[in-house]
Amino acid sequence: MDYSIKIGGEAGQGIQTVGDTLAKVFARSGFHVFTHQDYESRVRGGHNFFQIRFSDKPVMSSRERIDIVVALDKESIISHEKELSENGRIIYDSTALKQAHEKPQFFDIPFVNLAVEHGGNKIMSNTVATGAVFGMLGMELDIMNAIIKDTFEKKGEEIVKANINAAMAGYDFAVKNCMKCSFTLSATSESATKKMLINGIEAIASGAIASGCKFYSAYPMTPSTGIMNYIAGKGKEHGIIVEQAEDEISAINMALGASFAGVRAMTGTAGGGFALMVEGLSLAGMTETPVVIALGQRPAPATGFPTRTEQGDLLFAMHTAHGEFPKIIFAPGTPEQAFYLTNKAFGLAEKYQIPAIIIFDQYLADTEWTFDGFDTSKIKYIDYRLRGDAFKNLKEYKRHAFTENGVSPLAVPGDSRHVVVTDSDEHDEEGHIVEDAETRIKMVDKRLLKKLPLIREEIEPPVFYGDKNPEIVITGWGSNYGAMKEAIDELSPTLNKGGRRGGIAMLHFSEIYPLPLTGKLDYPNILKNARKTICIENNATGQFARTLRAETGHVFDAAINKFDGRPFLIESLLKEISCHL
Amino acid sequence: MGCGNFGILNAFKNAVVELGIEPHQFTIVSGIGQAGKFPHYLKCNTFNGLHGRTLPVATGIRLSNHEMLTIAVAGDGDCYGEGGNHFIHAIRRNINVKLFVHDNQIYGLTKGQASPTSLEGMKTKNQPFGVFSEQLNPMALAVALDCSFVARGFAADMEHLKGLVKAAINHKGFSLVDILQPCVTFNKINTYEWYRKRVYHIEPEYNPEDREGAFKKALEWGDRIPIGVIYKNHRPILEERIPIIKDNPLIKQPFDISKIEGALKEFY
Repeated sequence: MDYSIKIGGEAGQGIQTVGDTLAKVFARSGFHVFTHQDYESRVRGGHNFFQIRFSDKPVMSSRERIDIVVALDKESIISHEKELSENGRIIYDSTALKQAHEKPQFFDIPFVNLAVEHGGNKIMSNTVATGAVFGMLGMELDIMNAIIKDTFEKKGEEIVKANINAAMAGYDFAVKNCMKCSFTLSATSESATKKMLINGIEAIASGAIASGCKFYSAYPMTPSTGIMNYIAGKGKEHGIIVEQAEDEISAINMALGASFAGVRAMTGTAGGGFALMVEGLSLAGMTETPVVIALGQRPAPATGFPTRTEQGDLLFAMHTAHGEFPKIIFAPGTPEQAFYLTNKAFGLAEKYQIPAIIIFDQYLADTEWTFDGFDTSKIKYIDYRLRGDAFKNLKEYKRHAFTENGVSPLAVPGDSRHVVVTDSDEHDEEGHIVEDAETRIKMVDKRLLKKLPLIREEIEPPVFYGDKNPEIVITGWGSNYGAMKEAIDELSPTLNKGGRRGGIAMLHFSEIYPLPLTGKLDYPNILKNARKTICIENNATGQFARTLRAETGHVFDAAINKFDGRPFLIESLLKEISCHL
Repeated sequence: MGCGNFGILNAFKNAVVELGIEPHQFTIVSGIGQAGKFPHYLKCNTFNGLHGRTLPVATGIRLSNHEMLTIAVAGDGDCYGEGGNHFIHAIRRNINVKLFVHDNQIYGLTKGQASPTSLEGMKTKNQPFGVFSEQLNPMALAVALDCSFVARGFAADMEHLKGLVKAAINHKGFSLVDILQPCVTFNKINTYEWYRKRVYHIEPEYNPEDREGAFKKALEWGDRIPIGVIYKNHRPILEERIPIIKDNPLIKQPFDISKIEGALKEFY
């Protein structure tokens, strides 16, 4: 069982509410769910869609083949009719769209009339559509009603009741009239437990909260804005200050101020805003001030496609900022990875007093995944700062003292009579400006050369999945994880021949810079031994392939690059890979 | 007479000593320019950051630890040029930061280009036909933004300047003290002599809490330049308005790792 539902409509028609409700009900019913969104950079009009895939087996990417299209606008029919599966159905309201379709795959449901009749307002027509989908699938009603209650609770009991009535009307209509609905769901309610449904943004934000982030400053920019929104909403509960800065330059400098003062601090932005932050990133490097930066990529240059996806900023992030200083870049491939890697970013940023970047994209930001749950015992929290009595009772203190491992004590100003001094100019151990060559050499050695090998030891190897001795290796990073993994699952039965050469595997890098050492997994050798290596990236020039070539000498045999602002869907990725086999 | 920085340094030192503030009890955030080196001649917590970026750093410090007296030191190019946007928004926030601007009406560190406060018509290497832009009036700009404390001092009038530094530190609210500072090397127009002929102490009967009057006073420039407190108000400071830090500064709030489990519940 593996169904996909697509809700299409104009911005402002509430397709997200329909999609959210469906996804939540499926997750709570114990199904595996994957959702992705496609929307334009506008508040009203245009054509957007919300796509939900659910199954009794894990799903981690979107399919092109759709089983139910909920068409809230004409464009949904024009664009998505061709995506219908053999027994797929398009549900629509012929009165509202002012067009009727006779073909058997069309199922006319009077969304608006039912909404007015049962909910008392045509605004509830999307709730009618939601109910109709559940009716077509023959699902139980109690979970649907509970989710509707959660969604509308804030608006009062009457609104909840009206929406439940509207959903029931859609449900009943579908049950009575959809003669050709042949969807069968696996029985999940008894055996399966309800699942966690979370998107990339929520996972990064939750990871920050779980890491003791106390300060988040940012300027709104898609696709990173959701992190600020989420943390701001939780600020009171968890004691986190969220400050909306006047620009991204201010945002990162505020975060550095907060970090200098003694709290864990973070900022987030998209590529364009990150360009403005670069100066501050270098400041973090020089002053050895820990900071975590969430960098949401979107198709650029310049404003590009503000609401779409791309992996075009990897080399920018790697080589960004003037001067030489250590930094870390993580590129999570799933919300689960995003949660743990955000935690790791906070830990390493503070341990080594460096900036840590979490690079993601619109696709990971918006896609919702289901999990049985996150293991919070894996969350690490070590306070590396020198504070309180430990600082107070210290005999002597130098903020940038030369130490064996290059890491100097990071003290909280005010906790002791010792002063904490740092400078964006080259400085001495105390933090005061200097010009002499000898100190410069020692500082670069301390700040950069001593720390680098230690940081590299902390980096975990890529995920190696599929055949253990593969002849074909697909490689990628960040949000392509799900599509790549599903491709391996689809291709393995035909390609992997139990122990014999000819198998396929993937290497997925989520801890991307510095590149992992090879002690735990000799990935350069895996690539070297393969007959065919393919690098899959959402960019035009193969930025990761270039990085791997520079660092390991490996030259990929083929590249699959997609730069249309859309994510890899499973069918088209399989087709692309097959071309190279 | 030498560089105007000396007067400012002395006035500042005497002010903090008289106020009984210990070195570890305050943090100076400075930018880049001659003014940026100010904290290196003092003993105190110091974040000498980037050109123009003093106020965001100072804001981050105050929001995380509002028990820390936080002072921003910048030059006229630093604060009004490179950091102009931050200047406007720090005033709007009314974060309780004390901003001392060394205003020498010239770029000193880069050796003599026009600054936002350079006089119209002033000829420099970069402005061979003279400065075309209108001179920025930080006092009028600050009053227009309803800045909580607006004052102007003069580096050569140390006793008076010391009083302004103390008043700014004692005032609750974002405080701007623009300090006229002769640059004997690069500014041959706005010399000690030039300033001395013009500056006068604002009359004792002047009411700095009348905003319209303050605006008038802020516009005075030319033959007579007022020094003293031009404007003040009692707007609530940002730190007081954030409920999260009502009882305790952020740095003193422990992190409760056990709350994560509950936080993740909403995703089921």
